[in-house]
Amino acid sequence: MSDMHATPSAAIAEQDVEFWMKEDHHPANGTLLGFWIYLMSDCLIFACLFATYGVLGRSYAGGPSGADLFDLPLVAVNTTMLLLSSITYGFAVLEMQKDRKGTMMAWLIITGLFGAAFLGIELWEFSHLIHEGAGPQRSAFLSSFFTLVGTHGLHVTFGIIWLITLLFQVGRLGLTPANKRRIMCLSMFWHFLDVVWIGVFTFVYLMGSLP
Amino acid sequence: MNMPDLAKLIFGRLTIEAIPYHEPILIGTFIAVAIGGIALLTLITRAKLWGYLWSEWFTSIDHKKIGIMYMVLGIVMLLRGFSDAIMMRAQQAIAFNGNPGFLPPHHYDQIFTAHGVIMIFFVAMPLVTGLMNYVVPLQIGARDVAFPFLNNFSFWMTVAGAMLVMASLFVGEFARTGWLAYPPLSGLAQSPDVGVDYYIWSLQVAGVGTTLSGINLLATIVKMRAPGMTMMKMPVFTWTSLLTNVLIVAAFPVLTAVLALLALDRYAGTNFFTNDFGGNAMMYVNLIWIWGHPEVYILVLPVFGVFSEVVATFSRKRLFGYASMVYATVVIAVLSYLVWLHHFFTMGSGASVNSFFGITTMIISIPTGAKIFNWLFTMYRGRIKFDVPMLWTVGFMVTFVIGGMTGVMLAVPPADFLLHNSLFLIAHFHNVIIGGVIFGLFAGINYWFPKAFGYRLDEFWGKCSFWFWLVGFWVAFTPLYVLGFMGVTRRMNHFEDPSLQIWFQIAAFGAFLVALGIGSFLIQLWVSYKRRDQLRDVTGDPWHGRTLEWSTSSPPPAYNFAFTPVIHDNDAWWDMKERNARRRLEGYLPIHMPKNTGAGVILAGISFVFGFAMIWHMFLVAGIAFVALVATAIGHTFNYKRDYYIPADVVARTEAARTEELAAHV
Repeated sequence: MSDMHATPSAAIAEQDVEFWMKEDHHPANGTLLGFWIYLMSDCLIFACLFATYGVLGRSYAGGPSGADLFDLPLVAVNTTMLLLSSITYGFAVLEMQKDRKGTMMAWLIITGLFGAAFLGIELWEFSHLIHEGAGPQRSAFLSSFFTLVGTHGLHVTFGIIWLITLLFQVGRLGLTPANKRRIMCLSMFWHFLDVVWIGVFTFVYLMGSLP
Repeated sequence: MNMPDLAKLIFGRLTIEAIPYHEPILIGTFIAVAIGGIALLTLITRAKLWGYLWSEWFTSIDHKKIGIMYMVLGIVMLLRGFSDAIMMRAQQAIAFNGNPGFLPPHHYDQIFTAHGVIMIFFVAMPLVTGLMNYVVPLQIGARDVAFPFLNNFSFWMTVAGAMLVMASLFVGEFARTGWLAYPPLSGLAQSPDVGVDYYIWSLQVAGVGTTLSGINLLATIVKMRAPGMTMMKMPVFTWTSLLTNVLIVAAFPVLTAVLALLALDRYAGTNFFTNDFGGNAMMYVNLIWIWGHPEVYILVLPVFGVFSEVVATFSRKRLFGYASMVYATVVIAVLSYLVWLHHFFTMGSGASVNSFFGITTMIISIPTGAKIFNWLFTMYRGRIKFDVPMLWTVGFMVTFVIGGMTGVMLAVPPADFLLHNSLFLIAHFHNVIIGGVIFGLFAGINYWFPKAFGYRLDEFWGKCSFWFWLVGFWVAFTPLYVLGFMGVTRRMNHFEDPSLQIWFQIAAFGAFLVALGIGSFLIQLWVSYKRRDQLRDVTGDPWHGRTLEWSTSSPPPAYNFAFTPVIHDNDAWWDMKERNARRRLEGYLPIHMPKNTGAGVILAGISFVFGFAMIWHMFLVAGIAFVALVATAIGHTFNYKRDYYIPADVVARTEAARTEELAAHV
C-alpha cells in the first residue's frame, strides 16, 4: 500500500515552502465570465442563422425579394428604439454604480418600454408581411428572414421578461451584490442583442434591399 | 366541442395505436423493462431509500455526486445502445439466401439510428462529462464547480433527453434516418411520423444540459484553480478538459441551431432543407458536421487526458513532453473546426475544396502522433506496472493508431469516393471511438473508481473485461474493413451475395465477445462491491498518484480540501510527497459551500413533458409546460439563500478521523 512519503531519499524537507493555505481562500466569482461564455455560445446560434440567410437569402422561389418587401424607414425607426434602449440601460448601470435605486429602476423601466416598442413594430411588420402572402413558408429566403429576425425578437422578449423580474427583485431587496451582478448580466445581454441587431439591419435589411 | 376534438386538443396525434403491441420484440423488451423497473422501484421503496436518494443524490450540487450520476446514466445507456448493436450484428449474420432475418427494414432502420444517437449522446457524452465533473475540481484544488446548481440542472437535462429516446421505444417509434437525420429524408414529406421529432427534442433537451455544463467547467477551470497553479502547471487531464469544454461551447450551439431549423421545417412549414421553394439540404449536412466533427474531439480529448495521467502514474515517471502535449491538444482543438467537409467529399464541391479539407484532415494526425510518442517516451525506461488502467492504455495505443491510419486513408478524397458510406467507414470510426473513447473511459473508471468509492475494482474481472473487449473489438470490426474494401455499404438489413455471409458471422461472434467484456465489467463492479473490505483504499492514494485528487481521502469529504492547496509543480501531489509535505492538522476554518436544490430535477422534468408534448403535437400541454418552465425558472431566481457553512468543528472531526485511519495503516 501507499504511504505518504514516496521516496524517503528526498526527505530534504523545505520548511519554508507552504503547501496548504492557512487563511480562507475564495476563488473570484465566475458569474460574469460564465455569462460572457454563454453570450458567445448564443452568438454562434446567430452566426448559424446569418450563414443560413447568407446561403438562402436570394432563393426567392419566384416569390418577393427583400427589395420588394422591406420598408426601410420603418426599420430605421425600429433600430432607433433598440439603440435608445441600450443607451438608457447604460444610464441605469451608471445609477446603479451610484447606488441610487429609484432612478436606476426608472431607467430600467424606460429601457423596457423602448424594448417593447421595438417588439411591437417588429410584430406589426411580421403580420403585415404575412398578410401580403410573404410568410415564412413562401420561400427559403423568407424562411431564413423570419427565423433570423424572429430569433432576435424572441431574445428581446426574454430580455424584457428578465428585466421585469429584476425590477421586482431590486424593488424587494435593493441593490445587493447579487442583484448588481444580475443587472450587469442583463446589461451584457441587452447590449449583445443591440450588436446582433446592427448585423441584422446591415446584412438583412440594407443589403437585402439592394436589387 | 365534441369528444374527438377534445381528445385531439389534449393528446395531439397520440393514440392507442402508438403503442407497438403488434411487435413481439418490443413487447418482450417492454415486459422485461417493466418487471425490472417495478422490481427496482419496490426495492428502493422497501428499503426506504427515496428520501435518501432525493436529498443526498438527486438534488445534490456536489460535483462528485453529479459526476457519479453521469457515470451511472452512461453505463445504463451503454446496455441499451449495445443491445441495438448486437441485434444488428445478429440480423446481418443471418439475413442471407432469402432469409429476411428477424428485423424488418422498418424496425432495423430505427435500431441503427438509435444505436448511433444513444452511443454518442447518452453513453460517450455522459461518461466523459462524468469523469470531467468528478476529477477536474479535485485536480485544480477547488471545492466545487463555478455554478453548482447549473451542474445539477445540466445533468437532469441530459437524463430528460435520454428518457425521451427511451420513451420512443414503447410509445411511437424512433427516427429511421441514421444518427444525423439528413434531410430531405428527415423532412416532413419523407418522415411524417414522430420518429424524427423524438430525435430532435431529445437532442435539444440534452443539448441544453451539455452546453451549460461546458460553460460551467470552462469558468471553473479558468477561475477556480488553487493558488500557484498557472496554466502550464495544470494537470494534463484538466488541460484536455479545458479544451473539450471550449469545443462544447463552440460546437453545441451549432447543433441547437441546425436542429431548430429542421424542427421549423417540420412544424412551421418553412423551407430550409426542402427540395422545393429554394430549400437546400446540403446546408443541413454542412451545419451538422460543423458541430459533428468537433464532437468527436469533444469525446476523445478528455480520454487523451486520462491516458496521460495513467501512463505517468503507472510508469512512475513525469509525463514526457508536457508542453508539447498541451500544444498538441490546442492544435487538435483548432483544427477540428477546419475538417468538417471530409464527411461529404462526394457532395461535389470540386477538387480544390476537397483538397483543402483532405489536407487539414491529414494534418490532425501530426499532433495526435506527437501525443502517441509522448506516451511511449513516458513509458520508456519507466517502472511500468500493468494494472488494469495501464492495460486499457496500451490496448488503446495499438488500436487507436490503426484506426487513425485508416482515417488518414479516408482523408484522401479520391479514396473516399470509393470508401464513402461503406463498411470500411463503419470499421474506421468504431476503431477510433471504441479503441479511443471507450478504452479511455474504462481506463479512467478503473483508475478513479477507488477515489470515488474508497475501494479498488477487482483486478481479475477487470482483466477479463479488457481482453474480451480488445479481442472482441478486432474480431467484430476487421471483417467490416474487409467488406468495406469489397464495396459493401452500411445500413443494409439483408444481402443478396451469399459469399459475404461468413464475414458477418465472424463479426457477430466478435460482438458476442464484446458482450462478454461488458458482462465482465458488470461482474467486476459487483465482485468489487462484495470484496470492498479487502480492496479498501485507506490512504487515498492507491496508485502512487501525481496529481492533487490523490491528496484527499477516498472518497473525498464534501468540501474536498480542508485547506486550499498551494501548487509549486505540475505534478503537485508528487511534489508534496517528494518534499515531505505534512498535512496541516490544526487551524480549521468554517467552509463556505453551496446548498442542495430540487430546482434542477423539476425544470428537467417539465422539459421532458414539454418535449414529449411537442413530439405528439399536444400543443396545449406543450404551451402549459413551457409557461411552467419559465415560471419555475423565474421562481428559482427569487431564491437568494443558496449557500451555507460547514462549521469548523465538523471539518476538524472529519480530518481527525482521516488522520487516525492514516496512522493505523501506514
